[in-house]
Amino acid sequence: MTPDVLAALTEARAAKRPVVLATKLPSGEQILLPDPKASPELAAAGARALQRDETGTVKLADGDWFLHVHNPPPRLIVVGAVHIAQALVPMAALLGYAVTVVDPRRSFATDERFPNVSVSSDWPDEAMDRLAPDARSAVVTLTHDPKLDDPALDRALKSPAFYIGALGSRKTHAARLKRLRDLGHDEAALARIRGPVGLAIEAVTAPEIALSILAEIVAVRRGAPLVQPAPATRDAA
Amino acid sequence: MSFSEVEDILSVAAKWRAEGEQVAVATVTETWGSSPRPAGSRLAITKSGKMAGSVSGGCIEGAVAEAAQLTIASGAPQLLDFGVSNERAWEVGLACGGKVKVFVEKFL
Repeated sequence: MTPDVLAALTEARAAKRPVVLATKLPSGEQILLPDPKASPELAAAGARALQRDETGTVKLADGDWFLHVHNPPPRLIVVGAVHIAQALVPMAALLGYAVTVVDPRRSFATDERFPNVSVSSDWPDEAMDRLAPDARSAVVTLTHDPKLDDPALDRALKSPAFYIGALGSRKTHAARLKRLRDLGHDEAALARIRGPVGLAIEAVTAPEIALSILAEIVAVRRGAPLVQPAPATRDAA
Repeated sequence: MSFSEVEDILSVAAKWRAEGEQVAVATVTETWGSSPRPAGSRLAITKSGKMAGSVSGGCIEGAVAEAAQLTIASGAPQLLDFGVSNERAWEVGLACGGKVKVFVEKFL
C-alpha cells in the first residue's frame, strides 16, 4: 500500500466517508473508490459492494479485484445515562459501535460516568433530530421515563434505524405502545420496537442486561434466525 | 471511541510505519466453508516481529507472518492460498476445514 492510498483511506475514515479500497489480485495495484479514474465496471462493482456492505473478491473483465468496504462504524444511540448505560457503552464501543448517550439530566450524563463518549444533554427529540439515525444505527431507550423515552422512540420510528429497543417490563411496554399509537404510529411501526429489550438470557446485573441488548443488536444486524419478530402486537393485546 | 481498537489493524500498522518499522499487512480476500475470519480481516506484521489482528483462528498466522517477512524484504505482494486440499508450498491446513485466500502487501 502506497503512502498516498493509506493517507486517502485514513482521511476518509476520519471523515466517516464510506469508501472501498480496491486491490487488483495478485499484482496489488490499488485504487480508493469512488474515483473518477476507475473503469466504469470497477466503479459499479465498488458502489454495489458499498451498498451491500460486502467485502470480497469480484471477477471483472480485467481480472480479479478485492473490494474492501470501509463503511463508517455503525452507530448506537443510547437514551438514558443510567446504570445499565454505563455497562452498555464500553461494551458497544468494543463491538465497533460509535456510541452517543442522550440524557438532558445533567446529573446523569456526566463525563465522569461516561468517559471518552459523546454525551448529549439535549432533549431526546432534539438530539434525535440532530443525530438523524440511519439504516446503520441502533437506538436503545433506557430511562423508564415516558417524558424522555417516548420522544426518542417517536423519532426512531420515523427513521430507518435497523434496531430500536426499549427497556421496560411487558406491562410498561404495553403502556408505551398505547401512547405511541396515540401519537399516530401504526402496528407495523410499533412492531419494530424490541421490548422488553434484549435476548432472553435471564440477565440480572447491569452488564448482563447490556450483554443481552448487544447480543440482540448483533443478531438483528446479522440476520440471525434466533431473533423472533418483535412481539409488539401480542404484548399490546 | 469511533472504531473498535481491537479491529482497527490499519491504524496500528500505520502507527508502526510512522515509528519507522517495516510493516506488511495481510488481508483475507476470499473464504470458503467454515473459515473463522471474514474477508477483510487483517493481520499486521513488522520486520521486528510484532503482530496485531488475525486472519484465522490462529492456525495460519505463523505461515502468514513468515510470508510477510518475504514481502517486507522484497516489496513484492503475495496472494496465499490456505485450505485442507492445499498442495502448494504452504503446507498448513485449516483445522476447521475451511479455505481462505490471504493477500500480503508491504506498507511503503
